[in-house]
Amino acid sequence: MKDFPYTEKKDTRSGFGAGLHELGKTNANVVALCADLIGSLKMDAFVKDFPERFFQVGIAEANMMGLAAGLTIGGKIPFTGTFANFSTGRVYDQIRQSIAYSGKNVKICASHAGLTLGEDGATHQILEDVGMMKMLPGMTVINPCDYNQTKAATLAIADYEGPVYLRFGRPVVPNFTPADQKFEIGKALMLNEGTDVSIFATGHLVWKAILAGHLLAEKGINAEIINIHTIKPLDEEAVLQSVRKTRCVVTAEEHQMHGGLGDSIAQLLAREEPLPLEMVAVNDSFGESGTPDQLMEKYGLNEAAIVAAVEKVMSRRK
Amino acid sequence: MSASSSPAEATATRSITELKQIAAQVRRDIVRMVHAVNSGHPGGSLGCTDLLVALYFKFMKHTPEPFDMNGVGQDLFFLSNGHISPVFYSVLARSGYFPVSELATFRKLDSRLQGHPTTHEHLPGVRVASGSLGQGLSVAIGAAQAKKLNNDNRTVYVLMGDGELEEGQIWEAAMYAPHHKVDNLIAVVDRNGQQIDGPTEKVGGLGDLRAKFEAFGWQVIEADGNQFETLLPALEEAQSLLGQGKPVMLLMDTQMGFGVDYMMGSHKWHGVAPNDEQLEKALQQLEVEQNSDY
Repeated sequence: MKDFPYTEKKDTRSGFGAGLHELGKTNANVVALCADLIGSLKMDAFVKDFPERFFQVGIAEANMMGLAAGLTIGGKIPFTGTFANFSTGRVYDQIRQSIAYSGKNVKICASHAGLTLGEDGATHQILEDVGMMKMLPGMTVINPCDYNQTKAATLAIADYEGPVYLRFGRPVVPNFTPADQKFEIGKALMLNEGTDVSIFATGHLVWKAILAGHLLAEKGINAEIINIHTIKPLDEEAVLQSVRKTRCVVTAEEHQMHGGLGDSIAQLLAREEPLPLEMVAVNDSFGESGTPDQLMEKYGLNEAAIVAAVEKVMSRRK
Repeated sequence: MSASSSPAEATATRSITELKQIAAQVRRDIVRMVHAVNSGHPGGSLGCTDLLVALYFKFMKHTPEPFDMNGVGQDLFFLSNGHISPVFYSVLARSGYFPVSELATFRKLDSRLQGHPTTHEHLPGVRVASGSLGQGLSVAIGAAQAKKLNNDNRTVYVLMGDGELEEGQIWEAAMYAPHHKVDNLIAVVDRNGQQIDGPTEKVGGLGDLRAKFEAFGWQVIEADGNQFETLLPALEEAQSLLGQGKPVMLLMDTQMGFGVDYMMGSHKWHGVAPNDEQLEKALQQLEVEQNSDY
């Protein structure tokens, strides 16, 4: 099992803020909108240095999505910023009609996704957003794993023409991906080659998968670990290549089982390569208040849960 | 003149007589389109015909061909109440955005003329999908702000239905535009007083719209939207109010179904198509041309 050394822990939302600030300097068409959460989204630097390209919308997310669609007419590349909950469920119809169906080049940037939002509780802990966004025709869905990858993804989506949902989070997590690693939309990243099981992880669960990989190695299990930062379009070739070798699969994500990464991979396997699969995800439940670590443990989204899922799926392998 | 032969660009010199001829042609298109597929929304379309004719054939600077989505250097129009697509499609076709013959495909399979307007089928002249109500004002404000960023001094127009004002997003946008000094925007409300379930005041209680928008910081003017004699000066006044730090709102009184006597003023023709006999009666009232090409 490979080591993934890191020197600091950072939040993925700060990676977004840093990427957006860099885009301010390098791409004159990039504009940003925020619904009263500049500090939470780490948009301060962009607001300070590019005030003429920043629009404070206030607590009016539906309006923000419409404004963003309108700003593309004239060649702007709008990045909207608010919590994942208010970036998706609250404004699904606005995104559907004015952005996705209209094919607008809007980047929906969503922070505080999932349980790791923590103490604010279930009203804010959206676990359905990936499902909603991936169902929209033409929508690209990206969930990077750490600060560096989130920054790289932020830069990459500005160069991509079309609507994108970029999902990131609140807590600090190990920043282990190389700072100079280019972000390729739709291209899965091999983290550890293995032969016994394929673990496909996204977002904060990528690091948990690495921790699980070490625990599994102690048990003599050689896990292949792949970072699926782009949930849609899914890198089907990378997934199939891996599962044809390992013959069993675990998916890991900070999302509902219904509609998430595991759901996408299960569908692919059912069509192309039916094999046993276990999902590490929230099982048809809302979250609750607590610290991120407490919640990830209670809802079964940590390395121990991944190890248990691997042992179960390997026992099912024919 | 023939409305279909030479109206491709707006001209400030076009007379009321010419505009009336074009409007009659557009109304004929509308009733034929909804009759042909036995569906669609003639009522609001007929009521808003004069506005769209005035904008596309007199006030707006626009380039139908080649169509440019970004529209830099052009005036832009957004239809927020997308169900009145028949009038939008007719005016676009009669302006030269696409062939008039294509109106015959309205609401049919594989058509670019969807029941509600979309960019998805790449119909020239449409810049955003609409149909789910309440979204167009936000989009128009965004487009107006893009114009400011581009140092483009042209104007953005948006049309909403009055029933549509029951949507909350409208009021989010109504609060935003004055706060951000979006003063290159003329919004129009089609105040026909009708919505699907009946009169707006019975269904939703819109109340004093002038007072409401003024309280939100808009410059508000009112006009009869079915008389060019009052509509044209109102649009001129609206243009004169641009650039003063506030958006402009035109509350336009219309009659649903204007021009066809049995449809006028009733919500019953909001989303119902005329039958063969009713079509003939409507066309008689709308001065059918002998050599109409549609």
